[in-house]
Amino acid sequence: MKFEVLKSSVGEWLKGTGPESDIVMSSRVRLARNLAQYPFVGRASETERSEVEEFLRSRLSKTSVGSRLEYMDLGGLEDLDRQFLVERQLISREHADATGARGVAIDSAEQVSLMINEEDHLRIQCLHSGLDLQAVWEQIRGVDKEIEAVVPYAFHERWGYLTACPTNVGTGIRVSVMLHLPALVITRQIDKVFRSLHKISLAVRGLYGEGSQALGDFYQISNQITLGRTESELINQVADVVPVLIDYERRARDFLLEETERNVHDQVSRAFGILRTAQTISAEETMQLLSRVRMGVLLGLVDDLHVSDVNKLLVRTQPAHLQKMKGIDLDTKDRNIERARFLRSYFESGSSDEN
Amino acid sequence: MQCQQCDKQAMFHITELETGNVRELHLCEDHARVYLNQAEADSQQDDSDDGSGSIGVGQTAKELSEIDQKFCDMCGITFFEFRNQGRLGCPHDYVQFEEELEPLIANIHGEVKHTGCRPKRDKSAEDQSVLPESTEELTSVIGMRKKIREAVEGEDYEVAGTLRDDIKKILHKWHAEEPTK
Ligand SMILES: [Zn+2]
Ligand SMILES: [Zn+2]
Repeated sequence: MKFEVLKSSVGEWLKGTGPESDIVMSSRVRLARNLAQYPFVGRASETERSEVEEFLRSRLSKTSVGSRLEYMDLGGLEDLDRQFLVERQLISREHADATGARGVAIDSAEQVSLMINEEDHLRIQCLHSGLDLQAVWEQIRGVDKEIEAVVPYAFHERWGYLTACPTNVGTGIRVSVMLHLPALVITRQIDKVFRSLHKISLAVRGLYGEGSQALGDFYQISNQITLGRTESELINQVADVVPVLIDYERRARDFLLEETERNVHDQVSRAFGILRTAQTISAEETMQLLSRVRMGVLLGLVDDLHVSDVNKLLVRTQPAHLQKMKGIDLDTKDRNIERARFLRSYFESGSSDEN
Repeated sequence: MQCQQCDKQAMFHITELETGNVRELHLCEDHARVYLNQAEADSQQDDSDDGSGSIGVGQTAKELSEIDQKFCDMCGITFFEFRNQGRLGCPHDYVQFEEELEPLIANIHGEVKHTGCRPKRDKSAEDQSVLPESTEELTSVIGMRKKIREAVEGEDYEVAGTLRDDIKKILHKWHAEEPTK
């Protein structure tokens, strides 16, 4: 079964490899596309949604990319399985929580995912580890070209690719880079950085959780504009700002080491200590502590642990992953106990297991 | 954390600096978009006074309600419904509401003309000359399907039959035939 395969692996984007992967977790591009001959998803009837799904599945099966992907009918899955795909970043939360005919096609490396009947009829997503936007763009453009040869995308000379929301019209492209910026958070420079990003019309959001301090210090930077610039210009807009952010974060990390090494070392060690010994722990706390430990690993303050281990734990300690591993549904209280048990045994058994 | 203006989760956390005053905003994606667009419009207001940047500025209530009642010939969505949901009903809306959408789109993107990639159809599509400037003709089947439903309701099966044939022709021309079950 497909989920067994997914369960025993982690996505390529979590490997903690790729350029600048100490700070850049992943690079992603998604394209919004619609069929010309149907209303957009939000206005389509049940029957029309099913027809869209059937049409796309049938056409995709005729492309070489489509035949390499595994298709999952989201309506036919359990809640927990959909949640699992969200945690894996293969579908959006909206896609998971929607109703009606919808599905996703995923490649075995978990780099490409095609969401059918999300907000648009088709959303193509490509995700790589580290800072790798050019390769992501080449891969997704290849997929898009194969599909457009057999699928009549809604297109207008002036407005470009037509999308359900005018915020996506034109190129339909959303370029995003997920960054781990703990030192900028600790040194309280993060808001300043974000204000400057808003000024050049880039959006910033915390990846996990809520609150002005994004849970675990993970932030996603993406383009807001989609019309009137070429795809390359929009990619470069994000790509150009990332090295600047990397430089800020590196300098903040150096500053922490030089000025407050004992404090930082203490914070990291305490975080690691809690993760190794807690008897019950929430997803939020785990995320915060893993973020500290991740920074510690990168600053050379933690031995015997790799960045890829921390990256994997960030995903595998999330609710659906824990429950899939355990094989049963757990309520919040039991999940917190199971999460602590999983973390203890992970660190006891030596961190670099193959999963 | 919740959006300060609705029940959704706040995704954007904006810190505004106003003359020695720090103000924190926590907004969902939709409200942040509205807020940021508004902030931008405000800053543009200084140099241009015509207010053409957004809907509702310089228009009377009567004019607004007339705009709200406009609807799409294909999917039937009214401009009011679009304003409420923030989502359009079908590809034809970009043509039907072009005049109303233009200032909105200009406000979001700062541009009103696509310059990126364009789709290339397979060589086997019969009439390459119609592609890909616009897929309006293909989108017209949405309206034809609606007319079929109305014809069937009125028991006008002849009209319904003709429309079905017309749809088939268009789908064939555009290489968009429904998959055979
Ligand atoms: Zn809101
Ligand atoms: Zn419409």
